[in-house]
Amino acid sequence: MSAVTIGSAADHRLPLHRRRKLVNAVALTLSLAAMAFGLFWLLWILWETLRLGVRGLSLQVFTESTPPPNTPGGGLANAIVGSLTMVSLATALATPIGVLAGVYLAEYGQRSWLAAVTRFINDILLSAPSIVIGLFVYAAVVARAKSFSGWAGVLALALIVIPVVVRTTENMLQLIPGSLREAAYALGTPKWRVIISITLRAARAGVVTGVLLALARISGETAPLLFTALSNQFFSMDLAAPMASLPQTIFAFAMSPFQNWQELAWAGVFLITIGVLLLNILARVLFRKRD
Amino acid sequence: METASAKAKMRVQGLNFYYGKFHALKNINLEIADRKVTAFIGPSGCGKSTLLRVLNRMFELYPEQRAEGKVEVDGQDILASRDDVSLIRARIGMVFQKPTPFPMSIYDNIAFGVRLFERPNKAEMDERVEWALRKAALWNEVKDKLAQTGTSLSGGQQQRLCIARGIAIRPEIILFDEPCSALDPISTAKIEELIEELKQDYTVAIVTHNMQQAARVSDFTAYMYLGEMMEFGETDQIFIKPKRKETEDYITGRFG
Repeated sequence: MSAVTIGSAADHRLPLHRRRKLVNAVALTLSLAAMAFGLFWLLWILWETLRLGVRGLSLQVFTESTPPPNTPGGGLANAIVGSLTMVSLATALATPIGVLAGVYLAEYGQRSWLAAVTRFINDILLSAPSIVIGLFVYAAVVARAKSFSGWAGVLALALIVIPVVVRTTENMLQLIPGSLREAAYALGTPKWRVIISITLRAARAGVVTGVLLALARISGETAPLLFTALSNQFFSMDLAAPMASLPQTIFAFAMSPFQNWQELAWAGVFLITIGVLLLNILARVLFRKRD
Repeated sequence: METASAKAKMRVQGLNFYYGKFHALKNINLEIADRKVTAFIGPSGCGKSTLLRVLNRMFELYPEQRAEGKVEVDGQDILASRDDVSLIRARIGMVFQKPTPFPMSIYDNIAFGVRLFERPNKAEMDERVEWALRKAALWNEVKDKLAQTGTSLSGGQQQRLCIARGIAIRPEIILFDEPCSALDPISTAKIEELIEELKQDYTVAIVTHNMQQAARVSDFTAYMYLGEMMEFGETDQIFIKPKRKETEDYITGRFG
């Protein structure tokens, strides 16, 4: 047997210790640099949005509809209302479906083949480019109805929200410790009641966060609306007709040569950015409350 | 059949239990005496918690687990019973190793279970909540903060909340699965005191790793090893004059 000396007389720990400290310093520096890199662009985007957005902002933006080309004045009222309508309807439509499917995956299906298939398809849907969803709804609904419509836009947006909600609901339910479920069953609680009153309740902050993040995502989506809701230069609440939306209006106005349109586009960008920022902050606050 | 001298509330006969192919409980026979405390001791993995989870059919939550044999409560076999398992579990309360308060107020933690089977009015419910919390020796500590969440309590208080929650639905039997293993000595003493009082009204079964605890709180003790019931009898006899060498070795700390 080779000699093993006891104690630290030879300071045998120092070389490895120094190495560890060096690696630690390098890793920390790289992490900080990565953070600074990300933050730099984010702050720049926010700054530009703020600077150019505030310039185009006025009360008219909220009260008047989009102006014709090369005309002063006008606002984004039709686009704001259109976006709010379609985004909220899509969320209202997709949330129950997503939550129910997530509950099935986490509490009922678990290891069944149906759950495995559902999970796989959901993952594909989750990563599907939104323009594919837009084209699908175009082919399935718009082409058949022979008309662009707000409903088609709602459907396309809902199809983007569903997989996100399914995934977060399942994940959040899986985080709930089995002991909590067992404790509820031990009282003689039926399964549906355990899910509604105990597990979903314990996971609600996470589920709501998922819904809010999905909502934030669709409020900025242009591609799925391009072929479905199209746009509408007039104020309209008719979901059977084409409907204006902020992202679509920004897309059209920002590419135009007219200065007024460009300023309105920036105002729209500002509104969306602030909206998404607030939703993210709200999601954070809700999630933190859990601990 | 190993018989206890007191009247039996539960009778386990020829019980075999399987986790998939693993044979975890081997031909268990015993009687759990009415309004007494029966303790299950033995080294980790001996099957004592498994046995407890058969007694309220908790194992049925997991499809790969299977029990054969009889578990009778007042002469009625609950394993073969056609009754809804909810009704059986409502008669047999369970307290777990770690406290498991529900994500709701202290009041609702108690009221939740009651509402499953009864529709009391507000005054009756208030009364029931207070009764259960008093029974669990928690009332004085929480009476001014019933609207706070259950998770805001300390570990020991949470565990007593879980006991109160179990008591509130008026079971006949309460199963304790290492109820003190996550608690400090003072909270442990309180729970033990509580178990002592509970046995006036309830039949209690407790799984514990703590030999002194078994000796302190129980009237009967079962020593289990590798899925078998090695010895079962009155606690005094098991601890002072065990019949089997293995039991003595375990109790005196020469093994396990």
